[in-house]
Amino acid sequence: MMSDQLLDIEDLSVTFPTRRGAFIAVRDATLSLSPGEIHGLVGESGAGKSTIGAAVMGLLEGAGHISGGTVHFRGDAISGRDRAAMQALRGKKISMIFQDPLTSLNPLFTVGAQLVETITEHLDLSEADARKRACDLLDRVGIPDPDTRIDQYPHQFSGGMRQRVVIALALCSEPDVIIADEPTTALDVSIQKQILDLIRSLVDEKQVGVILITHDMGVIAETTDTVTVMYMGEVVERGSTAKVLGRPEHEYTKSLIAAVPRPDRKVERFPQISYGGRETRFAIEELARDWPKTEAPDGPLVEARNLKKTFLARGGLLPSMRKYFTAVDDVSFDIRPGEVFGLVGESGSGKSTIARMIAGLYPLDGGEVIFDGKRVSGADAATLEDFRRQIQMIFQDPFSSLNPRHRVDAIVAEPALHLGVIPKNEVDDRVRDLLEKVGLGADAAVKYPHEFSGGQRQRISIARALATQPRFLICDEPTSALDVSIQAQILNILKDLQEFLGLTMLFISHDLPVVRQMCDRVGVLKDGRLVELQATEVLFADPQQSYTRELLRLMPKTDLLSTDGLQAV
Amino acid sequence: MADLSTSAPTKPGRKGRWARFADSDFFYSFKRSPVAVVSFTVTMLLVLSAVFAPLIAPTNPFDPASLNLMNGFTPPMEPNAFTQESFLMGTDDQGRDVFSTILYGMRISLFVGAAAVLFAMVLGIFLGLVSGYFGGWTETIIMRIADVQLTFPSILVAMLIFGIAKGFTPVEYRDQMAIWVLIIAIGLSDWVQFARVVRGTTLVEKNKDYVAAARLIGRSPWAIMIKHILPNALSPVLVIATISLALAIIAEATLSFLGVGAPPTQPSLGTLIRIGQGFLFSGEWWILFFPACTLLALALSVNLLGDWLRDALNPRLK
Repeated sequence: MMSDQLLDIEDLSVTFPTRRGAFIAVRDATLSLSPGEIHGLVGESGAGKSTIGAAVMGLLEGAGHISGGTVHFRGDAISGRDRAAMQALRGKKISMIFQDPLTSLNPLFTVGAQLVETITEHLDLSEADARKRACDLLDRVGIPDPDTRIDQYPHQFSGGMRQRVVIALALCSEPDVIIADEPTTALDVSIQKQILDLIRSLVDEKQVGVILITHDMGVIAETTDTVTVMYMGEVVERGSTAKVLGRPEHEYTKSLIAAVPRPDRKVERFPQISYGGRETRFAIEELARDWPKTEAPDGPLVEARNLKKTFLARGGLLPSMRKYFTAVDDVSFDIRPGEVFGLVGESGSGKSTIARMIAGLYPLDGGEVIFDGKRVSGADAATLEDFRRQIQMIFQDPFSSLNPRHRVDAIVAEPALHLGVIPKNEVDDRVRDLLEKVGLGADAAVKYPHEFSGGQRQRISIARALATQPRFLICDEPTSALDVSIQAQILNILKDLQEFLGLTMLFISHDLPVVRQMCDRVGVLKDGRLVELQATEVLFADPQQSYTRELLRLMPKTDLLSTDGLQAV
Repeated sequence: MADLSTSAPTKPGRKGRWARFADSDFFYSFKRSPVAVVSFTVTMLLVLSAVFAPLIAPTNPFDPASLNLMNGFTPPMEPNAFTQESFLMGTDDQGRDVFSTILYGMRISLFVGAAAVLFAMVLGIFLGLVSGYFGGWTETIIMRIADVQLTFPSILVAMLIFGIAKGFTPVEYRDQMAIWVLIIAIGLSDWVQFARVVRGTTLVEKNKDYVAAARLIGRSPWAIMIKHILPNALSPVLVIATISLALAIIAEATLSFLGVGAPPTQPSLGTLIRIGQGFLFSGEWWILFFPACTLLALALSVNLLGDWLRDALNPRLK
């Protein structure tokens, strides 16, 4: 046993017994961690990366247990110990940072109380000393004015600040190992950068070891020293980050890296993940034969003029008592026929609100929406019905965008049936044909949404959107809930829609590399205002506004990543 | 849809409805819970014996021809001193077979309970959907009425409604209408929890993207409420309906016991208990005991079934 290793995981297997037989979540995983090292654990959902973290901490859910292999901490075996022994080790020598900072803090106690409790539990300090230490910790994780903020409650902190508090909590006991499970996934890119920098500097300063669990190749490339790639519960590749990402050996790693959207170059199509028979064939081009050809207008297809939207922030009986929050403030742009127009911004910048205003889901508080030369905001029923036949929308969350109680054929058929765009007796054939074309097969029609994965559900959404043969498609973060390989699939389908069917699209995203791959022109939003609007390539090459430059600077760098299998434009 | 058979080939891998149900987590957790199996069996046994009462009951207690006053006060399982007839659960003061009156009484109790719950459910679902979906003043008014009603015990509300309705019914129809008035009285006192649960679900569901997708194509609020939101609210409604059924049966029995419910011409379990309690201290315990036990078994098994349903459905609300 090498004693300079902090953590040694050897042939670890984790099994969850279910009524349909044992489910092996992790199979023979081996990895090790040295002091001062950030070890990335990367893989898609269901790969077993979080399970390894939970197994090390002794936090496996339900009936899950370690069914093989060993975990050593500084040379001592810790797997198979009883709960009391784990409790002593957990939090003291090994601590954990979870994805959602909101649920890892108790909302009923001040952050100070939570820090002090953790400190006095692990270290032999008086209440006053513990409080002083808590202030130091808050200071070190970059919380300004810690003496005041220590007495505040978690809801008084922003998401990024809360995650800093969680990190401070993890540091209370001066641990040797920190397991960070997707610590930045819920955060905006600017906050993500700060948190990752903070973790890096703490590691360098205190020589702790960190296992960073993430699905994001950009985070891995930018932050970690070594990396383990997992697929379906097994470790497929392990080594220094530069080597694994730059010269991947395993087929799965290669295909995973190829699917990552690059901020620095535009590709024609994403390479499909060809590992493990997960390639999906779709045939959007075959839809082009029956697609109605409409005369493209000379001007823009969609015009948004001076859009304004306010939400009630505080209700009140009297109008004077009400407070409003302006979500979208005087935003104007045009979308030309056949182009993909992107809107980017951080959370709360108003991009989804604009999408819903154009779709007619939110009433406008100012401005107007013009489609194909006709004003549709506040228009009469006939104009609106005509407008609804020509637009469709794809939503962010594939789990909430399909009614769980409806069968897939009913879901896909509903828009076409309701709007009467195809005769009733042809609906069935159309639905099955569309499901075929998006690669799900006609059999999918008689199943329910819960029988499908996130990516498959998103393809059902696309089939539903195509059933009415729309001219304009609004995509509201269509891939941000998906794994990178599935994202590549969906983005390829969307690219096909534009190329073969000539669809015009509004593409909403917070992910700049994705925007670069997808959009012809991009608008950058900040706090409800459009700060810059530019052709995509120009924007990425030569941003004019300081906010845009800042956003671009914060993108995780992917220079390390191998470029095999990419066709650049 | 003539071409359906060609365009929809039979799916080799897909099982029938029953096979899928037998394989479901729901049925699995049912099999694994002794409480659920026992309470379900008892409930079904009681419901079936009530439904088939005319076939099962040895006598028809409402047929004067089959009554023999000489059989009065026969203790259970003992031959009558005069007629030498023997009855499983004895007879009451008029010589009616207690076992038969229980079977027939259970029919009334179950019918009133089920109809009242159905009425409360329909009303509660409608008001819950409307207040949750539209919000604003509609919601405020409906939910404040619900709050006010909750401050009164539901049995009091039912008695109030029953009293008012009785005052408006002509005397000659009173006995005929009593059952329906009872149903409406219990139903009106019970809609609040349906409305609250459905409103809660509606508030969550109406912000989901599938509702946005339906609004996008211009579906009307009613279509969205009925076709999209309601199916997702049915699981909690089913749980409440089951538990409410037990409560409604007890409410009916209470009202009948107090003499304001089912008339003596159509005795429910509650009426039987009211009649029987007069004889408890004079030694004829069976006239009270058996109807009371039946009511207990019915209410308890339905309630336990409802409790299990809640546990089984809640964590799986998708």
